[in-house]
Amino acid sequence: MAKALFYGAGFPYLDVKKFPGKLIVLEGTDGVGRSTQVELLRKWLEKNGNAVSDTGLRRSPLTQPGLDEARKGNTLTPLTISLFYATDFADRLENQIIPALKAGFYVLSDRYFYSIIARDIVRGIDPKWARNLYGFALVPDIVFYLKAEVETLVTRIVHGRGFEFWEAGMDISKADNLYDSFVEYQTNMIDQFDQMAKEYKFHIVNANKSVKDINNEIKEQLQKILD
Amino acid sequence: MLKPNPGPGKLIVVEGIDGSGKSTQIDLIHKWLLELGKSVYFSEWNSSPLVKSTTKLGKQEKMFTPTTFSLIQAADFANRWENQFLPMLKAGVIVLADRYAFTGFARDVVRGVDAKWVRNLYSFAYQPDLVLYFQVTIDEAVERISSSRARIKFYEAGMDLNLSDKKVTSFRLFQGRILQEYDRMAKEFNFKVIDATRPIQKQQKEIRQMVSTVLKGWRGLPNPVQSAREHNRKDKLGQSHLEKSNG
Repeated sequence: MAKALFYGAGFPYLDVKKFPGKLIVLEGTDGVGRSTQVELLRKWLEKNGNAVSDTGLRRSPLTQPGLDEARKGNTLTPLTISLFYATDFADRLENQIIPALKAGFYVLSDRYFYSIIARDIVRGIDPKWARNLYGFALVPDIVFYLKAEVETLVTRIVHGRGFEFWEAGMDISKADNLYDSFVEYQTNMIDQFDQMAKEYKFHIVNANKSVKDINNEIKEQLQKILD
Repeated sequence: MLKPNPGPGKLIVVEGIDGSGKSTQIDLIHKWLLELGKSVYFSEWNSSPLVKSTTKLGKQEKMFTPTTFSLIQAADFANRWENQFLPMLKAGVIVLADRYAFTGFARDVVRGVDAKWVRNLYSFAYQPDLVLYFQVTIDEAVERISSSRARIKFYEAGMDLNLSDKKVTSFRLFQGRILQEYDRMAKEFNFKVIDATRPIQKQQKEIRQMVSTVLKGWRGLPNPVQSAREHNRKDKLGQSHLEKSNG
C-alpha cells in the first residue's frame, strides 16, 4: 500500500495516509492525443483485471455551472478564474480521486493541476503563488508528459476538431486570427510544461510518434510501477 | 504578512465575528466620509455576482469541504479584488471593506485548513491602512444575533464541522473558535482592537478619530460634486475679482 504524499499541507482534516490505488496522470497541451491514450490505457488496465476510474478537468458538479458561465464571456479576471479551477480541482480530488484511490482503483487523470498552473502563468499569475495554491494536491504515482512540437499540434488540430477560441488563447492574444494566436499560446504552454517537467519529475513521452508507439511506451513504463 | 498598500487610495477594513456590530459601524463611517466629500467605495464579503451561483449551489447542496469552501470564498474575494478594490485604490479612492482576507484566515483555519496555505491564498491582497477589529464576547454576539436575525444559517453556525446537532450550540462553539483565531491574528496583522461591548456612539467616536489619523494630510481622488462646488466657488471669486478690477 502506497503512502499518500502531498505537495504541501494536503488536506489536514482528512485521514489519508495510505491507499491501495494508483494515480496515473497524462499531461500535455491541447492536441497531443491525451484522451486517446487514456481510453487505450483504460481498456488495457481493465483487461488485466484492474478497476479504473478516469477524470478530467472541469467536471466537478460544484463548479461546472460557474465555469460554463465564465467561459461565455470575458468577465472573469485571471485570479478569479485561477481560483475557480482550483476549487474544481480540489473538489474532484477530495470527492472523486481520493475515494477511488482508497477503494483500490487505478485513477487515470486526463490532465492534472500542472495544466491549470501553466494556463494561469501564461495569463500573468505569479508562478510561486500558483504552486503554493496546489499544496493540497496529491503527488501522482507517475506523470506522463506527452510532448509534441507546435507543428504537430497544428496538423492534428487542422485535421481534427479545428481551431477553437480557448485552445488558441484568443482571450489574451493580440493576434487577429486563431492560427497565429494558437501558435503563440501553445508555444508558451509548452514552455511552461518543459519548466515543470524537471521540477515535478514528469516522464516525457515523444507525442510526435504514432498512437501505437506512444501507447507502448506508456505501458512499458507503467508496467514498472505496477508490478 | 501582506504587502503594503502602495496607494494612492486608502484601504479600511472591519473584522469581527457575526454579531460584533462591525457592519453598523462601517456603515456610519461610510456615510460620514461621503458627507465630508470623499470618494468612497464600499464592498462586503461574499458579494461577487459571478461567484455567487457556485457558492449558493454548494451551500444549498452542502457540497463544500473545508478546502473547496476556502477556495470559493477566495475566488469571490479575488473577483472583487481585481474588479473593485485594486482599480479603486489605484484611482485614489477610500475603499471600505466589511470583512477582508482575515475572515478567510479565521474561518478556514477553524475548519481545519492549513494556516500557511490560506495565507498564501490571499497573498495578492494588500495590508489595509486600518484594520478595525470588533471584539465582543460570545454571549454578547449570540444575544445580538438571536434578537435581530430570524435564523442562523448552516455554514454560519459551522454545522459542517459536526460540533453539535443543535444550531445555537454549534454557533457558539464555532464562533468561539473564530474569536480565538482573530485574537491570535491581532498582532500579526496590526489590528486596532475596538471594545465592541460599548455603546454604538462611543465606538463610532473612537473609530472616526482613527480614520481621521489615517486620512491626515491625504487628499485622494476628489468627489465630483465636491470638486464642482469648489470650481464654482473659484469661478465666482474670479468673477468678483474681475468685476472689481473693471469697476
